[in-house]
Amino acid sequence: MHFKTLTELKLALHKKEISSHELVSHYLKRIERFNPQLNTFITVTGESALQEAQKADDLRARDPENAPPLLGLPMAHKDLFCTDGVKTSCGSKMLDNFIAPYDATVVTKCRDAGLITLGKTNMDEFAMGSSNENSFYGPVANPWNTEYVPGGSSGGSAAAVAAGLVPVSTGTDTGGSIRQPAALCGITGLKPTYGRVSRYGMTAFASSLDQGGPFGKSAEDVALLLNAMAGFDERDSTSLNVPAEDYTQHLNRSIAGLKIGLPKEYFKNMNAPMQKALDEALKVLEKLGATLVDISLPHADLAIPTYYVLAPAECSSNLSRFDGVRFGYRCENPRDLNDLYLRSRGEGFGTEVKRRILIGTYVLSAGYYEAYYLQAQKTRQLIKQDFDDAFKNVDVIASPTTPTPAFKIGEKVSDPVTMYQCDIYTLALNLAGLPGLSMPAGFIDGLPVGLQLMGHYMQESKLLNIAHQYQCHSDWHSQHPTAME
Amino acid sequence: MTLSIKKVQETAYLARIAMSEAELTRCHHEIEQIFTLIDQLQAVNTKGITPLAHPQASQQRTVADTVTESDQHEKFQALAPAKQLDYYLVPLVIE
Repeated sequence: MHFKTLTELKLALHKKEISSHELVSHYLKRIERFNPQLNTFITVTGESALQEAQKADDLRARDPENAPPLLGLPMAHKDLFCTDGVKTSCGSKMLDNFIAPYDATVVTKCRDAGLITLGKTNMDEFAMGSSNENSFYGPVANPWNTEYVPGGSSGGSAAAVAAGLVPVSTGTDTGGSIRQPAALCGITGLKPTYGRVSRYGMTAFASSLDQGGPFGKSAEDVALLLNAMAGFDERDSTSLNVPAEDYTQHLNRSIAGLKIGLPKEYFKNMNAPMQKALDEALKVLEKLGATLVDISLPHADLAIPTYYVLAPAECSSNLSRFDGVRFGYRCENPRDLNDLYLRSRGEGFGTEVKRRILIGTYVLSAGYYEAYYLQAQKTRQLIKQDFDDAFKNVDVIASPTTPTPAFKIGEKVSDPVTMYQCDIYTLALNLAGLPGLSMPAGFIDGLPVGLQLMGHYMQESKLLNIAHQYQCHSDWHSQHPTAME
Repeated sequence: MTLSIKKVQETAYLARIAMSEAELTRCHHEIEQIFTLIDQLQAVNTKGITPLAHPQASQQRTVADTVTESDQHEKFQALAPAKQLDYYLVPLVIE
C-alpha cells in the first residue's frame, strides 16, 4: 500500500477499500519503523493526524458528494512552513524552541483540500544546502542507499516520499532544493513559476528566489498536490494574481509536435553513464512525437557565481530577524545587548548559514555593492534573457537535473565550492523565476538520476503533461527501494 | 581578490555573529575559495544591461491602508525568550 501513488490511494478511499484512519495509521507505523535510520522527520504529529483521519472518515460517510478533493490523504510539510501550534525549526538550533503561532498559506490550503499532515520533515538549515547535511537535527539518509545523501535542501521531504513514509510532501526551491533531491531520491518534484505558490508563512531565505512546490511519486501526484498548493494570496505581495488552474487537466494530451530544447552548455562534460540514461529518456520523448532541438544558453556558466552573490545577499538581510530578542534561541547570560546579538547568532546558526550571511553582508557593504551585488543583478538579467530567447524557438528545455547521482554522506561537506557545483543545472531557473520539474530517468549503480524539464512562465501544465506522458511509457518512477518494503 | 582575515572579522561583527579564532580561520579560508568562484562575474561585460532585482518586472500591487490583523500579542509573546508584562526583556544597553 505504501508505495501506491496518491492517485491510487485517493481511488481506494473513494471505493471504501480502506479508511483514512487505516491509511494514516499505516504510514505512522512506517515512520516509526524507518525514521530512526533515515532521519526524515523532525516532528511527527501522529495524534492530531489520527484525529483528523477520523474526522475525514466521518465526513466521507456523512456527505461524500461535498468531500474536498484530497480528503483523508496523508502528507508531510518541509519544516520551514509555519504550522500553528507545531514546532517549525527550519532545521536550525535557532528555532529549535519555536512553536509557530500561525499557519503558512500552503499549510492552510493543503488542509482545506482535505490532506492530513503527518509531520514536519528534516531539511538543510534555513534551506541552505544541497545534501541535507546542514541540519541541526543531523543528516537525512537516501532510502536507496543509506550511506548516501538524499540531496537538499528539501532532503527530508524527498526521502520520505521515496521511502514510502508519505505519498506526497511539500518542499521549497531557492536554487534547486526541490528538483535536486527529487532527482537523487528517484521521485518527481516541481518548482513552480515564482509567485504561483504563496510564500506567506514560508520562512524566507532569498525572497526573490524562494518558491514552494510539491513532491510525489508521479507527475500526476505532483499535479494533484499543486492544485492544492497554488493560487493567489493577498498576504504575499509577490503572489501572482492569475486564475486558478487544474494541473491534471492536460496530463493526457499528446506531446507530438512539441519542441524540446537541449542546451549544449548543460550537456558538456557529462559522464558516460549519465549521458546514457538521459539519451534513453530523451529517445522515449522523441518516440512520443516530440522534436529535440539543440539550443544554447550562452550565460549558463554565470549561474553559480550570480546565485552565490544574490542568494547570500538576500539571506543576510532576511536572517537579521533572528536576534535572540523576540523568539528563537538566546545565549546564556548576555553581558549587554550587543553581546546578546553576537552570541545568540554565533551559537544559534550553523556553519553554512553563517558563511552565507557573511558573504551577503560583505557584497552589500559600502565599497563592494557595485562590484558584486549590482554586477550580479546585471548577469541575472543576461541569464533571464537567454531563457526568453530560447523559448521563442522551443516549448520546453530538457537537461540533467544534477551532474551526478547521490554522493556519500560526508564526501563534500568540507568543500563548499564542490558542494555548490551540485546545483549547476538548477540555479539559473530560480534566477529567471521560471518553472522546472525533475522526473526519474534511470539508475546509475543503484542510485536514481533525474531529467529536468524547464518551462516558460506559467507553463507548469506543459511540464506535467510531458512528464506524465513519459511516465506512461517508462517505469523508473514506479520503482522503490527494496530495503524500505 | 584577496580577502584578509581582518576583513572577514569586521564583516562578522557587522552581521553580529560571534566567531572563535578557529572558526574565523576556517571561514576565512572557505570564503576566499568561494570568492574565486564569484570573481568570474568581474570579467563579464555588462555595459548597458539593466540590473534585474526580481523575476517579476511588474509593479507591486498596493493595498488599502487599513488594519486587517487582530491583536495577538499574547500569542506571539508566548515565544519570547524573556518577557515582563507586555515587554520583551533584554540586557541593559546603557548602565
